[in-house]
Amino acid sequence: MRQEIRIAGFGGQGIILAAVITGKAAAIFEGKEATVMENYGPEARGGACSGTIVINDTKVDYPYTTSPDIMAIMNKASYDKFRPELKKDGILLIEEDLVTLDKDDNADVYKIPATRFAEEFGNKIVANIIMLGFMTGVTEFVSFESMKSAILSSVKPRFKDLNDKAYNRGYEFGKMSRRAGKERRSKNR
Amino acid sequence: MSGTLTGTHFLTGNDAAAEGAIAAGCRFFAGYPITPSTEVAERISMRFPQVGGSYIQMEDEIASMVAILGASWAGVKSMTSTSGPGFSLMQENLGLGAMIETPTVIVNVQRGSPSTGLPTNVGQGEVMQARWGSHGDYEIIAVSPNSPQECFDLLIKAFNFSEQYRVPTVVLMDECTSHMSEKVVIPEEKDLEIINRKKPTVSPEKYLPFKPDKDMIPPMAVAGDGYKIHVTGLTHNEKGYPVMSAECHEPLVRRLCDKIRNNADKIIMIEEEKTDDAEVIIISFGSVSRSAKTAYKKAREQGIKAGFLRLITIWPFPEKRIEELAKRVKGFVVAEINYGQVVYEVERCSKGKAKIAHVALMGGRLHTPEEIFKGIKEVVK
Repeated sequence: MRQEIRIAGFGGQGIILAAVITGKAAAIFEGKEATVMENYGPEARGGACSGTIVINDTKVDYPYTTSPDIMAIMNKASYDKFRPELKKDGILLIEEDLVTLDKDDNADVYKIPATRFAEEFGNKIVANIIMLGFMTGVTEFVSFESMKSAILSSVKPRFKDLNDKAYNRGYEFGKMSRRAGKERRSKNR
Repeated sequence: MSGTLTGTHFLTGNDAAAEGAIAAGCRFFAGYPITPSTEVAERISMRFPQVGGSYIQMEDEIASMVAILGASWAGVKSMTSTSGPGFSLMQENLGLGAMIETPTVIVNVQRGSPSTGLPTNVGQGEVMQARWGSHGDYEIIAVSPNSPQECFDLLIKAFNFSEQYRVPTVVLMDECTSHMSEKVVIPEEKDLEIINRKKPTVSPEKYLPFKPDKDMIPPMAVAGDGYKIHVTGLTHNEKGYPVMSAECHEPLVRRLCDKIRNNADKIIMIEEEKTDDAEVIIISFGSVSRSAKTAYKKAREQGIKAGFLRLITIWPFPEKRIEELAKRVKGFVVAEINYGQVVYEVERCSKGKAKIAHVALMGGRLHTPEEIFKGIKEVVK
């Protein structure tokens, strides 16, 4: 089954790395096929930046996403640009301090203050890894272990500990949000 | 020093191409960084110190091309990587490489063109340039990957072709494949098929550097082996010395072309699906072939007898196969990110026997499968 994910934010947030790690988790550690595409402007920092991941049981043909099942959005500009693509019933994950939802947005939304959590670890650079933990916790699109292995095999050895902590923080928060989300939805029913 | 990165990796096309070159035995790189090919040079600059290779960042692409020819004559497998504007600068010396029969590999990652165009976006505008970019009659070989795995695999093929036929070989990548990350499986070094150039078997007194064997390819001594060599872009005799006459020129140029043309069947690689009973066949190459594959599958689902043909080798062009298919299909759909290049070859080979729908894009993005599907509808309507 074809599954599509988009991760977006601004240059410098580690968006492309997060996308590549996501693809790696699915392709290398879950044995599926995955294709990651990168998209950014000529700027080194700032500017719109996004990565897409297509996961499939067999080889991926068309490499781009058309209507993602999951979207992890790290800033408002990306929300404005990509929100319309989200699949009906898709899951929207946002960095809550940097994205203000439209009033009429009725998506299945999960919020996390990823940058603030990262600052608690003394390094906001791991906000992307916290978001990956969050995405895994909420959606379970890959196992906890697969994502963990993908992260730890992609970062420099001296940053492994920091990234491991960041991942766990995001994952736990994701599990919690997931439970809360389920309760929320059953109440609304 | 062995350098093959055996194992399963998650790599971009550019990184995979660099690893393919290293696995093929390339140990000299001269180039000038240019988006979207920069990561090929970057990875090689990091990896070469581990495998005993030499990396030089040159002053420009003209010098880069000459440097890799020189390195090859010194006996080292050499390459460069570039994109459109740099590829234009390389043309003069690419012709020299063909004339002096030098094995070397040029990776050209196509972006939106002409001129500086769209540096960070995809294009496929250098198909004809790869074939006809330098002046005069000559042949090169060009291959075009559509995935990071194939970037690895085809770099090895490209080096093998260049060594076997003593010809510059172009790897026509495109931005989409170059910045795409996928699983890449790199085999054990012993399982790789690596071809090296023929060395002379005669004594130095008897050696003539441009005297071909029966296969039309002369064995290649390298500088320092003890053989006398003379290399020039001027028309030359078997000794390598300039001879300004039609009698010398005619067989030389004919051989430079025929050594590739007569071996076309061994060089041509194509991927086909469901072409046996197809009424319409989509012809594509590089990243576009991935949209084409989705499009042809969609057509089959709707009961249209569609087939899929991907050019892995672009030059020499698979004339015979296209002509054969043209006789029994209603038509071809040619999808490419340019305003008409491969389509001219398909028209030429079809000899008016098949209808042709050209789905052109000027560059900047990949065709959607729907856009290619429209071409199918046009042929079968």
